[in-house]
Amino acid sequence: MSIFIGKDTKLVVQGITGRDGSFHTKQMMEYGTNVVAGVTPGKGGQKFENAVPIFNTVYDAVQKTGANTAVIYVPPPFAADAMMEAADAGIALVVCITEGVPVLDMTKVYPFMKERGARLLGPNCPGLISPGESKVGIIPGRICTPGPIGVVSRSGTLTYEVVNLLTRAGLGQSTCVGIGGDPINGTNFIDCLAAFEADPRTKAVCMMGEIGGTDEQEAAEFVKREMKKPVVGFIAGQTAPPGRRMGHAGAIISGSAGTAAEKIEAFEKAGMGVARRPAEFVDLIKART
Amino acid sequence: MNLHEYQAKEILRGYGIAIPPGEVARTPDEAEALAKKFGTAVMVKAQVHAGGRGKAGGVKFCPTPHDAKEKATAILGMQIKGLTVEQVLVTVAADIGSEAYVGIIVDRKTKKPVFMVSAAGGIDIEEVAAKTPEKILYLPVDPRYGLTTYAAMRMGFFLYDNIAQARAAAKIMQQLYTAFMANGCSLAEINPLVVTKQGELLAVDGKMVIDDNELDRLPAVAALRDESSEAPSEVAARHAGLTFIKLDGNVGCCVNGAGLAMATMDLVKYYGGEPANFLDIGGSSNPEKVVNALRIITADPSVKCILFNIFGGITRTDDVANGIVTATKSNPLKVPIVIRLTGTNEEIAVKILTDNGFSASSDMDEAVQRAVQLATGGKAA
Repeated sequence: MSIFIGKDTKLVVQGITGRDGSFHTKQMMEYGTNVVAGVTPGKGGQKFENAVPIFNTVYDAVQKTGANTAVIYVPPPFAADAMMEAADAGIALVVCITEGVPVLDMTKVYPFMKERGARLLGPNCPGLISPGESKVGIIPGRICTPGPIGVVSRSGTLTYEVVNLLTRAGLGQSTCVGIGGDPINGTNFIDCLAAFEADPRTKAVCMMGEIGGTDEQEAAEFVKREMKKPVVGFIAGQTAPPGRRMGHAGAIISGSAGTAAEKIEAFEKAGMGVARRPAEFVDLIKART
Repeated sequence: MNLHEYQAKEILRGYGIAIPPGEVARTPDEAEALAKKFGTAVMVKAQVHAGGRGKAGGVKFCPTPHDAKEKATAILGMQIKGLTVEQVLVTVAADIGSEAYVGIIVDRKTKKPVFMVSAAGGIDIEEVAAKTPEKILYLPVDPRYGLTTYAAMRMGFFLYDNIAQARAAAKIMQQLYTAFMANGCSLAEINPLVVTKQGELLAVDGKMVIDDNELDRLPAVAALRDESSEAPSEVAARHAGLTFIKLDGNVGCCVNGAGLAMATMDLVKYYGGEPANFLDIGGSSNPEKVVNALRIITADPSVKCILFNIFGGITRTDDVANGIVTATKSNPLKVPIVIRLTGTNEEIAVKILTDNGFSASSDMDEAVQRAVQLATGGKAA
């Protein structure tokens, strides 16, 4: 078992013939993801790597292949439209890898997805992987191994760092989810925590947050109120200066709000384990499982 | 991207909002000439990307052109929060009756643009929000329908009892909202929105912050960037496609990915050191980026040790290794370097580095501890 993706995932890749799209599609196929279709307007009828049919629209791809999950590798100016196109075509899970989507675009995309009942992951995220089953996005498959730990994070490479440590310590993962570093994104920490709580295979959760916003504080309240499974948290950006955007558009302390200190305090109040550095995840998880 | 007050005001004026006449001066003589031209008392206001300009002495009331020259002499060249004042706005002083606050931000919680209005204007709105939250009206806007007339009127009446003033304020809300959406803002504010003694509404100060992700599709807004008001190292980094933020410490950090970059800075601090910067070389594996990153880090004289922390996913660690070798051949390092890399093509990377006299570690904690030790001369734990 896993959350959001698994053996029944049928993936359509939007932007499959682009530089990033083609590279990562090959990686996903090698990992064993069931890539059923690609979309590049104007290239309908062709095949990717002589195997995957390409369509002009997501609508066509869904009609012909029954795709239920979409991953987006299109450039930022087209990303909002791509997300809405996927939802309108009936895709249940839309994963947007694209970094640099204007936030005002997201204020319109977000309600659009909700109204159509589509789950959005991202934008500006590394996607997700259920080790041994399916991978959607760019998380390197070889650092993951199947097991009972759920991982959810706002970051990319920091997630890899922690997943790598877990794997080397013999702690496999049920699903690793990167929710993305933008101020407005689809799936949030609470959505993932709720799914991990309901997933019979997941025994404990690692959660990597960062400065900016209040998602981690709300997630901590959720852990306290709703979760029986142990959660260990980490916050990146303890040394970040206020008012500066630390790479991720959402990683910014506004005035005095969104600091690492207040998030760590929220974790502690919720009775969560707090990793002071990434390497501490291993012992904290072992002590709780 | 932050806009200067004069730039924000020019944009807002374009949407019909009443703003006192004003122009920018770069010398005291220009300031005096502008004051003469306006023929009335003026304000001379420092144009820097920093809050608290008034408290720092960067905003002065000048009854005469001679005063304007004198005050401009004092303000030009002044340092406010580490930034040098290169230009001042000379603007007609308003006859202030009352002051209100009007602002729009993109709110992360509601995922919508949200208005914040308060009759307690002219001061720090965060302070008002913290001490007297009941004095602020928060009003989310559904961007698919825009700001409706009734919602704008509700805010107008929240600020003013007088129907004419409430209507005038509602109109300003509409204009501000239109400007906010059309210019890709993450924040737009008028503080203070003034009612003059004659009963007219005037925007006396304006502020706009543009979402960096909007700049590609808004070239006219992107052209307003004032690079002279930013740290030169940060400008150079942006041109090289890197995200760089200068900090006060002495361990120069070069990392791939924003989250890992922050976690690396935090770990430097955890082991008793201080990071000199935030630097994210991004996800692509281009040796050129590494060369540029090293040039920017080593340009900072306070850097006593350089720390690379690379987790190769899409980034190929051999590309990073090649970048380090290339950069240090043409420009030998004067400070020690600690390299941690793991992931894609790690074995090749380690061979490239050792063949060229570098050593590499695969453990993040070990590398950070070593870098802190080297930077502090062995004093830290």
